[in-house]
Amino acid sequence: MSFFADPINFISDWLSALFAGWGLASGWVQFLLFILGAGVLSLGAMVFTVFLIWLERKLGGRFQDRIGPNRVGPWGIFQTIADMLKIFTKEYITPIGADPVLFNLAPVLAMAAVLAMWAVIPLSSTVYGSNINIGVLYVLAVGALGELGIILAGFGSNNKYALLGGFRAVAMLISYEVPLAITLLVPVMLTGSMGLNDIAAAQKTWFILQAPVAALVFFIASIAENGRAPFDLIEADSEIVAGFNIEYSGLKFGMYYVADFLHAFTAALIFATIFLGGWRGPGAEVYPVLGFLYLLIKTSIVYFLTIAIRFSLPRLRIDQMMAFNWKYLTPLALVSLLVTALIDKTLPAGQVWLRLGALLFANLVVFVLADRLVSAYNRRKAVERMVVSEPRPVAVTIREKPAEVPEVQS
Amino acid sequence: MLDEWLYLVIFLAISMFIPAAAIGAAALLSPKKPAPIKNSIYECGIETVGPSRIQFKAQYYLYGLLFLIFDVETVLLYPFAVAYNRLALFAVVEAVVFVIILAAALVYAWRKGALEWA
Repeated sequence: MSFFADPINFISDWLSALFAGWGLASGWVQFLLFILGAGVLSLGAMVFTVFLIWLERKLGGRFQDRIGPNRVGPWGIFQTIADMLKIFTKEYITPIGADPVLFNLAPVLAMAAVLAMWAVIPLSSTVYGSNINIGVLYVLAVGALGELGIILAGFGSNNKYALLGGFRAVAMLISYEVPLAITLLVPVMLTGSMGLNDIAAAQKTWFILQAPVAALVFFIASIAENGRAPFDLIEADSEIVAGFNIEYSGLKFGMYYVADFLHAFTAALIFATIFLGGWRGPGAEVYPVLGFLYLLIKTSIVYFLTIAIRFSLPRLRIDQMMAFNWKYLTPLALVSLLVTALIDKTLPAGQVWLRLGALLFANLVVFVLADRLVSAYNRRKAVERMVVSEPRPVAVTIREKPAEVPEVQS
Repeated sequence: MLDEWLYLVIFLAISMFIPAAAIGAAALLSPKKPAPIKNSIYECGIETVGPSRIQFKAQYYLYGLLFLIFDVETVLLYPFAVAYNRLALFAVVEAVVFVIILAAALVYAWRKGALEWA
């Protein structure tokens, strides 16, 4: 294995030979390598966020017909570093009556939850943190830990706005976990394993072609899990000022900021791994370094889509949001699960193209049916609304009648 | 296999340690000048009235209950999904019945009005 085909494992082999040469037992060598690998991966993810924040601000500027950061360095690329230096020297303000344990624990939890997801994502055919056989379940569980960070921040801040943000987090983030968990069943079913390495390796044809409805629901739910526009109710600036992170200052707020941006990228990474074939591509098994490139390209496309959605759509109301989740996404996810399970089992084994075509066709039918149903439902609702509520004109012109003066008889 | 779990534990510990260390380092660098006005709770221009930990709307609780039902039942489906390739059609139909019961619960909650944001 040469350096250029697989640099990470080359370095790791070299390091383990080095440690063994120092006379360490093989168990300790493994342990040291684990610590080094975990440290490099999680620190690398955090430092990468510096670039992500600049990228998102720049792209957001372009979407809104602005220039975006353009003063510090070429194309403003050092803007985030300047911001980081500033936020490091900002004072921490702890509000009176805040719960000290929860208030300080919450930002750490929110950040740790996002970082911990990187442990199971296969970055290439040979480079991955941990190849546990319950990777999907781990991603779901750790994602829920991030919600805990938000809820604890809302409760611990001793602020009514923060508490309202926490309530909304309970209602929204928790609800959107349900379609997320149901749609993740479909790739697990098609693979026969919950390990993310196995799921990525099993995609000779990408799962987005075999389960497009599940992929769509997963994509929407992962944006909602991230809590950004159009699902940014938990930190709605114009309603509850900043929601759960209103009382945070200095780097504690910075942790929420970093966690938000890194979460968006991580969600794109997980989508690319589960539905877009991960590191798979021509030559990726022989030269694992190509796997990084393929994964990066796929992730960038998904990430670009999330940014485009964030900067184009307005915020939804909370009742619309909950109705969208429980009355549309969850039934759709259940139906797509049922259709995939039944069709995949009834078709004869071995016929790859027939299977692919049937699944794609069935998914399209499900999607069109769901779309028709929702349109019909909305039309009926619109009629009901028209009947129930009287028309209320915005402005009324009052026509002054000449006052009838009763004739006074005296 | 145990090595993979050891790596996961190390990774979790490090991913908790890095943000905590960053916050701690910033605490050393940053100034500390607390003042009663500065530390008071943020409110829209007036002082906060009453305790901040107020009662919440029952609707949030209903959604929490629904989430609990659906998430637990979905997690029960994961073993089925892993074993799917080795199952006969009959076992898959059994799982389908399970999912339909799940959907019936959703329809029940819908008809009861638990999904309406009232």
